[in-house]
Amino acid sequence: MLAKRIIACLDVRDGHVVKGVKFAGLREVGDPAALASGYAEAGIDEIVVLDVTATFESRTALIATIERVARTIFVPLTVGGGVRSVDDAARIIDAGADKISVNSAALRDPSLITRLADRFGRQAVVVAIDARRRGDLKVDAQINGRSYDVLSRSGTTVERSDAVAWSQEAEARGAGEILLTSMDRDGTKRGFDCDLTAAVCAAVGLPVIASGGGGTPEDFAAVLTTGRADAALAASIFHRGEISVSALKRYLADRGLPMRLESGVSC
Amino acid sequence: MNVAIVDYGAGNVASVKRAVEVLGATAWLAHMPEELVSADLTIVPGVGHFQLPADRLNDGWRQAIRAHLKRRRPLLGICLGMQWLFDASDEAPDSAGLGLIAGRCSRLPGHVKVPHVGWNTLEDRPAGSRLLAGLSPAASMYFCHTYAAPLGPDVVATTSHGYRFAAALERGLVFGVQFHPEKSGTAGLKVLANVLAAVRTESNDAR
Repeated sequence: MLAKRIIACLDVRDGHVVKGVKFAGLREVGDPAALASGYAEAGIDEIVVLDVTATFESRTALIATIERVARTIFVPLTVGGGVRSVDDAARIIDAGADKISVNSAALRDPSLITRLADRFGRQAVVVAIDARRRGDLKVDAQINGRSYDVLSRSGTTVERSDAVAWSQEAEARGAGEILLTSMDRDGTKRGFDCDLTAAVCAAVGLPVIASGGGGTPEDFAAVLTTGRADAALAASIFHRGEISVSALKRYLADRGLPMRLESGVSC
Repeated sequence: MNVAIVDYGAGNVASVKRAVEVLGATAWLAHMPEELVSADLTIVPGVGHFQLPADRLNDGWRQAIRAHLKRRRPLLGICLGMQWLFDASDEAPDSAGLGLIAGRCSRLPGHVKVPHVGWNTLEDRPAGSRLLAGLSPAASMYFCHTYAAPLGPDVVATTSHGYRFAAALERGLVFGVQFHPEKSGTAGLKVLANVLAAVRTESNDAR
Protein backbone atom coordinates (compact mmCIF):
# COMPACT_ATOMS: atom_id res chain seq x y z
CA MET A 1 0.00 0.00 0.00
CA LEU A 2 1.24 3.48 -0.88
CA ALA A 3 2.42 5.19 2.30
CA LYS A 4 1.74 8.77 3.28
CA ARG A 5 5.01 10.70 3.18
CA ILE A 6 6.58 12.92 5.81
CA ILE A 7 8.92 15.43 4.21
CA ALA A 8 11.48 17.68 5.85
CA CYS A 9 12.12 21.01 4.19
CA LEU A 10 15.48 22.74 4.36
CA ASP A 11 15.15 26.42 3.49
CA VAL A 12 18.66 27.28 2.42
CA ARG A 13 20.42 30.62 2.11
CA ASP A 14 24.12 30.79 1.20
CA GLY A 15 24.72 27.21 2.25
CA HIS A 16 22.92 27.43 5.60
CA VAL A 17 19.47 26.28 6.64
CA VAL A 18 17.32 29.22 7.71
CA LYS A 19 13.77 29.54 8.91
CA GLY A 20 11.43 32.50 9.10
CA VAL A 21 7.80 33.05 9.98
CA LYS A 22 5.44 33.81 7.08
CA PHE A 23 8.37 34.03 4.68
CA ALA A 24 10.10 36.83 6.62
CA GLY A 25 12.73 37.24 9.32
CA LEU A 26 15.07 34.45 8.24
CA ARG A 27 17.31 32.98 10.97
CA GLU A 28 20.08 30.43 10.56
CA VAL A 29 19.28 27.07 12.13
CA GLY A 30 21.94 24.66 10.91
CA ASP A 31 23.97 22.85 8.30
CA PRO A 32 21.92 21.29 5.46
CA ALA A 33 23.88 18.03 5.16
CA ALA A 34 23.94 17.48 8.92
CA LEU A 35 20.20 18.09 9.23
CA ALA A 36 19.41 15.91 6.18
CA SER A 37 21.54 13.11 7.56
CA GLY A 38 19.73 13.19 10.90
CA TYR A 39 16.33 13.15 9.20
CA ALA A 40 17.35 10.25 6.95
CA GLU A 41 18.38 8.21 9.98
CA ALA A 42 15.08 9.06 11.69
CA GLY A 43 13.20 7.64 8.70
CA ILE A 44 12.21 10.77 6.77
CA ASP A 45 10.55 9.86 3.46
CA GLU A 46 11.90 12.73 1.40
CA ILE A 47 14.00 15.88 1.68
CA VAL A 48 13.17 19.20 0.03
CA VAL A 49 15.84 21.87 -0.33
CA LEU A 50 14.54 25.34 -1.18
CA ASP A 51 16.91 28.16 -2.01
CA VAL A 52 15.06 31.01 -0.32
CA THR A 53 17.23 33.80 -1.65
CA ALA A 54 17.67 32.42 -5.15
CA THR A 55 19.91 35.23 -6.27
CA PHE A 56 22.46 34.82 -9.02
CA GLU A 57 25.26 34.78 -6.44
CA SER A 58 23.62 32.01 -4.42
CA ARG A 59 23.45 29.60 -7.41
CA THR A 60 26.96 28.24 -6.96
CA ALA A 61 26.44 27.80 -3.24
CA LEU A 62 23.18 25.96 -3.93
CA ILE A 63 24.83 23.44 -6.27
CA ALA A 64 27.48 22.74 -3.63
CA THR A 65 24.75 22.32 -1.01
CA ILE A 66 22.80 19.88 -3.21
CA GLU A 67 25.93 17.82 -3.79
CA ARG A 68 26.62 17.68 -0.07
CA VAL A 69 23.05 16.75 0.85
CA ALA A 70 22.72 14.18 -1.97
CA ARG A 71 25.91 12.46 -0.84
CA THR A 72 24.47 12.08 2.66
CA ILE A 73 21.06 10.52 2.07
CA PHE A 74 19.38 7.58 0.33
CA VAL A 75 15.92 9.06 0.04
CA PRO A 76 14.49 11.28 -2.71
CA LEU A 77 15.68 14.88 -2.88
CA THR A 78 13.64 17.71 -4.35
CA VAL A 79 15.25 21.09 -5.00
CA GLY A 80 13.61 24.42 -5.74
CA GLY A 81 14.04 28.14 -5.52
CA GLY A 82 14.89 30.30 -8.49
CA VAL A 83 14.66 27.57 -11.13
CA ARG A 84 14.04 29.61 -14.28
CA SER A 85 15.03 27.33 -17.13
CA VAL A 86 15.62 23.77 -18.25
CA ASP A 87 19.35 24.48 -17.94
CA ASP A 88 18.95 25.54 -14.28
CA ALA A 89 17.07 22.30 -13.66
CA ALA A 90 19.67 20.18 -15.46
CA ARG A 91 22.44 21.59 -13.26
CA ILE A 92 20.41 20.81 -10.14
CA ILE A 93 19.63 17.24 -11.25
CA ASP A 94 23.27 16.67 -12.23
CA ALA A 95 24.22 17.77 -8.71
CA GLY A 96 22.10 14.94 -7.29
CA ALA A 97 18.47 16.09 -7.10
CA ASP A 98 15.68 13.75 -8.16
CA LYS A 99 12.98 16.34 -8.62
CA ILE A 100 12.79 20.03 -9.44
CA SER A 101 10.38 22.41 -7.79
CA VAL A 102 9.28 25.50 -9.72
CA ASN A 103 7.22 28.40 -8.47
CA SER A 104 7.63 32.02 -9.63
CA ALA A 105 9.15 31.20 -13.01
CA ALA A 106 6.23 28.87 -13.79
CA LEU A 107 3.75 31.61 -12.88
CA ARG A 108 5.51 34.04 -15.22
CA ASP A 109 5.87 31.45 -17.99
CA PRO A 110 3.71 28.35 -17.49
CA SER A 111 5.24 26.71 -20.57
CA LEU A 112 8.33 26.12 -18.39
CA ILE A 113 6.40 23.30 -16.68
CA THR A 114 5.91 21.55 -20.01
CA ARG A 115 9.53 22.03 -21.06
CA LEU A 116 10.76 20.57 -17.78
CA ALA A 117 8.35 17.62 -18.07
CA ASP A 118 9.44 16.96 -21.66
CA ARG A 119 13.08 16.99 -20.64
CA PHE A 120 13.02 15.17 -17.28
CA GLY A 121 9.64 13.40 -17.21
CA ARG A 122 6.63 14.74 -15.37
CA GLN A 123 7.47 12.76 -12.23
CA ALA A 124 10.52 14.99 -11.81
CA VAL A 125 8.51 18.23 -11.92
CA VAL A 126 7.01 19.60 -8.72
CA VAL A 127 5.00 22.80 -9.00
CA ALA A 128 5.11 24.75 -5.75
CA ILE A 129 2.11 26.92 -5.04
CA ASP A 130 2.16 29.57 -2.31
CA ALA A 131 -1.49 30.27 -1.54
CA ARG A 132 -3.07 32.92 0.66
CA ARG A 133 -6.71 33.05 1.67
CA ARG A 134 -8.63 36.13 0.50
CA GLY A 135 -11.13 37.73 2.82
CA ASP A 136 -13.26 39.29 0.09
CA LEU A 137 -15.29 36.35 -1.18
CA LYS A 138 -18.66 34.99 -0.25
CA VAL A 139 -18.92 31.95 1.99
CA ASP A 140 -19.91 29.54 -0.80
CA ALA A 141 -16.78 30.43 -2.78
CA GLN A 142 -14.67 29.75 0.28
CA ILE A 143 -16.26 26.35 0.75
CA ASN A 144 -15.34 25.48 -2.82
CA GLY A 145 -11.76 26.42 -2.10
CA ARG A 146 -11.91 29.19 -4.70
CA SER A 147 -10.77 31.94 -2.39
CA TYR A 148 -7.01 31.56 -2.44
CA ASP A 149 -4.61 33.91 -4.20
CA VAL A 150 -1.37 32.52 -5.61
CA LEU A 151 1.72 34.55 -4.80
CA SER A 152 5.17 34.51 -6.29
CA ARG A 153 8.62 35.67 -5.31
CA SER A 154 8.48 34.33 -1.78
CA GLY A 155 5.06 35.74 -1.21
CA THR A 156 5.42 39.34 -2.31
CA THR A 157 3.35 39.51 -5.50
CA VAL A 158 -0.17 38.20 -6.21
CA GLU A 159 0.04 36.35 -9.54
CA ARG A 160 -3.24 34.43 -9.77
CA SER A 161 -6.58 34.77 -8.03
CA ASP A 162 -7.38 31.06 -7.73
CA ALA A 163 -4.96 28.48 -6.36
CA VAL A 164 -7.25 25.60 -7.38
CA ALA A 165 -7.39 26.77 -11.00
CA TRP A 166 -3.61 27.23 -11.05
CA SER A 167 -3.05 23.72 -9.70
CA GLN A 168 -5.25 22.36 -12.50
CA GLU A 169 -3.34 24.35 -15.10
CA ALA A 170 -0.06 23.07 -13.65
CA GLU A 171 -1.33 19.49 -13.97
CA ALA A 172 -2.46 20.06 -17.56
CA ARG A 173 0.94 21.53 -18.42
CA GLY A 174 2.88 18.55 -17.08
CA ALA A 175 3.38 18.85 -13.33
CA GLY A 176 3.99 15.57 -11.51
CA GLU A 177 3.27 16.80 -7.99
CA ILE A 178 1.91 19.89 -6.27
CA LEU A 179 3.72 21.34 -3.25
CA LEU A 180 1.01 23.45 -1.69
CA THR A 181 1.97 25.99 0.97
CA SER A 182 -0.53 27.96 3.01
CA MET A 183 1.07 31.35 3.51
CA ASP A 184 -1.44 32.13 6.23
CA ARG A 185 -0.26 29.15 8.26
CA ASP A 186 3.44 29.00 7.35
CA GLY A 187 5.53 29.14 10.51
CA THR A 188 2.51 29.65 12.79
CA LYS A 189 2.10 26.07 14.10
CA ARG A 190 -1.68 26.58 13.95
CA GLY A 191 -2.20 23.51 11.81
CA PHE A 192 -2.22 22.93 8.05
CA ASP A 193 -4.95 24.59 5.99
CA CYS A 194 -7.05 21.48 5.43
CA ASP A 195 -9.70 23.36 3.40
CA LEU A 196 -7.12 24.57 0.90
CA THR A 197 -5.43 21.18 0.71
CA ALA A 198 -8.68 19.23 0.27
CA ALA A 199 -9.84 21.65 -2.44
CA VAL A 200 -6.65 21.18 -4.47
CA CYS A 201 -6.62 17.39 -3.87
CA ALA A 202 -10.18 17.17 -5.19
CA ALA A 203 -9.30 19.23 -8.27
CA VAL A 204 -6.19 17.41 -9.51
CA GLY A 205 -5.16 13.79 -10.10
CA LEU A 206 -1.61 14.42 -8.86
CA PRO A 207 -0.01 13.76 -5.49
CA VAL A 208 -0.29 16.84 -3.27
CA ILE A 209 2.22 17.76 -0.57
CA ALA A 210 0.70 19.95 2.15
CA SER A 211 2.92 22.57 3.72
CA GLY A 212 2.64 25.37 6.22
CA GLY A 213 1.37 25.31 9.79
CA GLY A 214 2.12 21.80 11.04
CA GLY A 215 2.73 22.14 14.78
CA THR A 216 1.51 18.93 16.38
CA PRO A 217 1.14 15.26 15.37
CA GLU A 218 -2.63 15.88 15.31
CA ASP A 219 -2.11 18.54 12.64
CA PHE A 220 -0.33 16.02 10.41
CA ALA A 221 -3.06 13.42 10.97
CA ALA A 222 -5.70 16.00 10.04
CA VAL A 223 -4.12 17.10 6.77
CA LEU A 224 -3.44 13.49 5.71
CA THR A 225 -7.06 12.48 6.39
CA THR A 226 -9.59 15.32 6.11
CA GLY A 227 -7.12 17.38 4.08
CA ARG A 228 -6.65 14.38 1.75
CA ALA A 229 -2.95 15.17 1.31
CA ASP A 230 -0.55 12.50 0.05
CA ALA A 231 2.36 13.96 1.97
CA ALA A 232 2.96 16.57 4.64
CA LEU A 233 5.97 18.83 4.82
CA ALA A 234 7.42 20.78 7.71
CA ALA A 235 10.63 22.56 8.57
CA SER A 236 11.13 24.40 11.84
CA ILE A 237 9.32 21.96 14.11
CA PHE A 238 11.69 19.26 12.89
CA HIS A 239 14.79 21.51 12.98
CA ARG A 240 14.05 22.57 16.55
CA GLY A 241 13.28 19.02 17.62
CA GLU A 242 9.75 19.92 18.68
CA ILE A 243 8.51 16.85 16.84
CA SER A 244 10.69 13.82 16.12
CA VAL A 245 10.23 12.37 12.65
CA SER A 246 10.25 8.78 13.88
CA ALA A 247 7.77 9.45 16.71
CA LEU A 248 5.50 11.36 14.32
CA LYS A 249 5.43 8.49 11.83
CA ARG A 250 4.75 5.99 14.60
CA TYR A 251 1.90 8.18 15.86
CA LEU A 252 0.35 8.40 12.38
CA ALA A 253 0.69 4.63 11.87
CA ASP A 254 -1.04 4.06 15.21
CA ARG A 255 -3.86 6.26 13.92
CA GLY A 256 -4.30 3.84 11.02
CA LEU A 257 -2.48 5.81 8.33
CA PRO A 258 -0.22 3.84 5.95
CA MET A 259 3.34 4.83 6.90
CA ARG A 260 6.81 3.51 6.18
CA LEU A 261 8.29 2.64 9.57
CA GLU A 262 11.74 1.30 8.77
CA SER A 263 14.67 3.08 10.32
CA GLY A 264 16.74 5.04 7.89
CA VAL A 265 20.34 5.27 6.86
CA SER A 266 22.78 8.01 5.92
CA CYS A 267 26.46 8.45 5.18
CA MET B 1 33.95 -5.18 -8.78
CA ASN B 2 33.40 -2.89 -11.75
CA VAL B 3 29.97 -1.42 -12.35
CA ALA B 4 29.06 0.49 -15.51
CA ILE B 5 26.08 2.82 -15.18
CA VAL B 6 24.70 3.68 -18.58
CA ASP B 7 24.33 7.47 -18.72
CA TYR B 8 21.94 8.45 -21.49
CA GLY B 9 20.75 11.69 -19.90
CA ALA B 10 17.79 10.32 -17.95
CA GLY B 11 17.74 11.78 -14.48
CA ASN B 12 19.84 11.51 -11.38
CA VAL B 13 22.48 8.88 -12.14
CA ALA B 14 24.91 10.26 -9.55
CA SER B 15 22.83 8.72 -6.76
CA VAL B 16 22.94 5.27 -8.35
CA LYS B 17 26.71 5.56 -8.65
CA ARG B 18 27.13 6.64 -5.05
CA ALA B 19 24.90 3.87 -3.67
CA VAL B 20 26.90 1.23 -5.53
CA GLU B 21 30.15 2.79 -4.32
CA VAL B 22 28.95 2.82 -0.72
CA LEU B 23 28.49 -0.94 -1.12
CA GLY B 24 32.16 -1.30 -2.07
CA ALA B 25 32.06 -1.47 -5.86
CA THR B 26 33.90 0.71 -8.35
CA ALA B 27 31.39 2.49 -10.55
CA TRP B 28 31.52 4.83 -13.50
CA LEU B 29 29.04 6.54 -15.78
CA ALA B 30 29.32 4.93 -19.20
CA HIS B 31 28.82 7.23 -22.19
CA MET B 32 30.02 4.80 -24.88
CA PRO B 33 28.93 1.18 -25.52
CA GLU B 34 32.60 0.11 -25.56
CA GLU B 35 32.83 0.97 -21.86
CA LEU B 36 30.75 -2.10 -20.95
CA VAL B 37 33.57 -4.45 -21.94
CA SER B 38 35.28 -4.14 -18.56
CA ALA B 39 32.06 -4.16 -16.49
CA ASP B 40 31.12 -6.97 -14.12
CA LEU B 41 27.67 -5.43 -13.81
CA THR B 42 25.84 -3.03 -16.10
CA ILE B 43 23.08 -0.83 -14.71
CA VAL B 44 20.55 0.90 -16.94
CA PRO B 45 18.97 3.57 -14.70
CA GLY B 46 16.63 6.34 -15.71
CA VAL B 47 13.50 8.32 -15.13
CA GLY B 48 11.50 10.06 -17.81
CA HIS B 49 9.96 9.12 -21.14
CA PHE B 50 10.33 5.72 -22.82
CA GLN B 51 11.34 7.55 -26.00
CA LEU B 52 14.59 8.59 -24.31
CA PRO B 53 16.25 5.15 -23.99
CA ALA B 54 14.54 4.00 -27.19
CA ASP B 55 16.28 6.83 -29.09
CA ARG B 56 19.57 7.19 -27.26
CA LEU B 57 20.37 3.55 -26.55
CA ASN B 58 20.91 2.69 -30.19
CA ASP B 59 22.05 -0.54 -31.84
CA GLY B 60 25.60 -0.05 -30.56
CA TRP B 61 24.34 -0.01 -26.97
CA ARG B 62 21.97 -2.90 -27.57
CA GLN B 63 24.74 -5.06 -29.01
CA ALA B 64 27.08 -4.10 -26.16
CA ILE B 65 24.49 -5.08 -23.54
CA ARG B 66 23.77 -8.39 -25.28
CA ALA B 67 27.52 -9.08 -25.50
CA HIS B 68 27.82 -8.24 -21.78
CA LEU B 69 25.14 -10.86 -20.99
CA LYS B 70 26.91 -13.38 -23.27
CA ARG B 71 30.04 -12.89 -21.15
CA ARG B 72 27.83 -14.04 -18.22
CA ARG B 73 27.77 -10.55 -16.69
CA PRO B 74 24.55 -9.45 -14.96
CA LEU B 75 22.36 -6.52 -15.99
CA LEU B 76 20.14 -4.38 -13.74
CA GLY B 77 17.44 -2.08 -15.05
CA ILE B 78 16.06 0.58 -12.68
CA CYS B 79 12.67 2.30 -13.17
CA LEU B 80 12.59 3.45 -16.82
CA GLY B 81 15.66 1.28 -17.32
CA MET B 82 13.64 -1.77 -16.28
CA GLN B 83 10.74 -0.86 -18.57
CA TRP B 84 13.20 -0.57 -21.45
CA LEU B 85 14.13 -4.25 -20.92
CA PHE B 86 10.63 -5.14 -22.17
CA ASP B 87 9.51 -5.31 -25.80
CA ALA B 88 7.71 -1.97 -25.85
CA SER B 89 5.68 0.62 -23.96
CA ASP B 90 2.44 2.43 -24.71
CA GLU B 91 4.33 5.60 -23.75
CA ALA B 92 6.16 5.49 -27.10
CA PRO B 93 4.19 2.96 -29.17
CA ASP B 94 6.42 3.12 -32.23
CA SER B 95 9.69 2.57 -30.36
CA ALA B 96 11.23 -0.74 -29.41
CA GLY B 97 12.61 -1.71 -26.04
CA LEU B 98 15.52 -4.10 -25.63
CA GLY B 99 13.18 -7.10 -25.72
CA LEU B 100 14.90 -9.21 -23.06
CA ILE B 101 11.61 -9.59 -21.19
CA ALA B 102 8.40 -10.28 -23.07
CA GLY B 103 5.57 -7.82 -22.70
CA ARG B 104 4.47 -4.24 -23.08
CA CYS B 105 4.44 -1.49 -20.45
CA SER B 106 1.24 0.51 -20.03
CA ARG B 107 -0.01 3.62 -18.25
CA LEU B 108 -1.24 3.39 -14.67
CA PRO B 109 -5.03 3.79 -14.59
CA GLY B 110 -6.82 7.12 -14.32
CA HIS B 111 -8.72 6.48 -11.11
CA VAL B 112 -5.60 6.73 -8.91
CA LYS B 113 -3.16 9.58 -8.52
CA VAL B 114 -0.55 9.43 -11.28
CA PRO B 115 2.45 9.60 -11.22
CA HIS B 116 2.73 6.92 -8.57
CA VAL B 117 5.07 8.78 -6.22
CA GLY B 118 6.17 7.54 -2.83
CA TRP B 119 6.93 4.50 -0.73
CA ASN B 120 5.02 1.33 -1.45
CA THR B 121 5.20 -2.28 -0.34
CA LEU B 122 6.26 -5.38 -2.29
CA GLU B 123 3.80 -8.28 -2.56
CA ASP B 124 3.71 -11.75 -4.14
CA ARG B 125 7.33 -12.48 -3.35
CA PRO B 126 8.30 -16.05 -4.20
CA ALA B 127 10.84 -17.78 -1.94
CA GLY B 128 14.31 -18.02 -3.41
CA SER B 129 14.48 -14.63 -5.10
CA ARG B 130 18.11 -13.53 -5.30
CA LEU B 131 17.12 -9.89 -5.72
CA LEU B 132 14.96 -9.65 -2.60
CA ALA B 133 16.76 -12.14 -0.34
CA GLY B 134 16.86 -11.11 3.30
CA LEU B 135 14.37 -8.29 2.83
CA SER B 136 11.67 -7.84 5.46
CA PRO B 137 8.13 -8.69 4.29
CA ALA B 138 7.16 -5.16 5.34
CA ALA B 139 9.92 -3.48 3.32
CA SER B 140 8.84 -0.40 1.37
CA MET B 141 10.53 1.02 -1.70
CA TYR B 142 10.42 4.46 -3.30
CA PHE B 143 8.53 4.58 -6.62
CA CYS B 144 8.22 7.48 -9.06
CA HIS B 145 6.61 6.54 -12.37
CA THR B 146 3.59 6.90 -14.66
CA TYR B 147 3.91 3.73 -16.76
CA ALA B 148 4.34 0.23 -15.40
CA ALA B 149 5.51 -3.20 -16.53
CA PRO B 150 3.18 -6.20 -16.86
CA LEU B 151 3.09 -9.27 -14.66
CA GLY B 152 4.75 -12.41 -15.98
CA PRO B 153 6.80 -15.48 -15.13
CA ASP B 154 9.97 -13.48 -14.28
CA VAL B 155 8.30 -11.21 -11.72
CA VAL B 156 9.56 -11.65 -8.14
CA ALA B 157 7.53 -8.83 -6.55
CA THR B 158 4.40 -6.93 -7.44
CA THR B 159 3.09 -3.61 -6.24
CA SER B 160 -0.42 -2.28 -6.56
CA HIS B 161 -1.39 1.25 -7.54
CA GLY B 162 -4.63 1.20 -9.49
CA TYR B 163 -3.62 -2.21 -10.74
CA ARG B 164 -0.93 -4.72 -9.90
CA PHE B 165 2.30 -4.34 -11.82
CA ALA B 166 5.81 -5.78 -11.86
CA ALA B 167 7.89 -4.20 -9.09
CA ALA B 168 10.89 -6.50 -9.47
CA LEU B 169 11.93 -9.21 -11.88
CA GLU B 170 14.79 -11.58 -12.44
CA ARG B 171 15.48 -13.86 -15.37
CA GLY B 172 18.90 -15.47 -15.34
CA LEU B 173 21.39 -12.63 -15.44
CA VAL B 174 18.76 -9.98 -16.02
CA PHE B 175 17.39 -8.06 -13.01
CA GLY B 176 14.87 -5.24 -13.00
CA VAL B 177 13.28 -3.02 -10.38
CA GLN B 178 10.53 -0.47 -10.95
CA PHE B 179 11.41 1.26 -7.67
CA HIS B 180 14.57 3.25 -6.99
CA PRO B 181 16.83 1.14 -4.75
CA GLU B 182 19.27 4.07 -4.52
CA LYS B 183 16.46 6.17 -2.99
CA SER B 184 14.87 3.49 -0.80
CA GLY B 185 16.98 3.72 2.34
CA THR B 186 18.27 0.57 4.01
CA ALA B 187 15.92 -1.74 2.12
CA GLY B 188 16.99 -0.35 -1.23
CA LEU B 189 20.68 -0.71 -0.42
CA LYS B 190 19.99 -4.34 0.50
CA VAL B 191 18.55 -4.96 -2.98
CA LEU B 192 21.64 -3.42 -4.60
CA ALA B 193 23.87 -5.50 -2.31
CA ASN B 194 21.96 -8.61 -3.45
CA VAL B 195 22.66 -7.72 -7.08
CA LEU B 196 26.37 -7.30 -6.31
CA ALA B 197 26.29 -10.69 -4.53
CA ALA B 198 24.75 -12.28 -7.62
CA VAL B 199 27.52 -10.74 -9.72
CA ARG B 200 30.15 -12.26 -7.41
CA THR B 201 28.48 -15.69 -7.54
CA GLU B 202 28.44 -15.51 -11.32
CA SER B 203 32.12 -14.62 -11.61
CA ASN B 204 33.10 -17.35 -9.09
CA ASP B 205 31.14 -19.91 -11.13
CA ALA B 206 32.96 -18.80 -14.25
CA ARG B 207 36.36 -19.48 -12.68
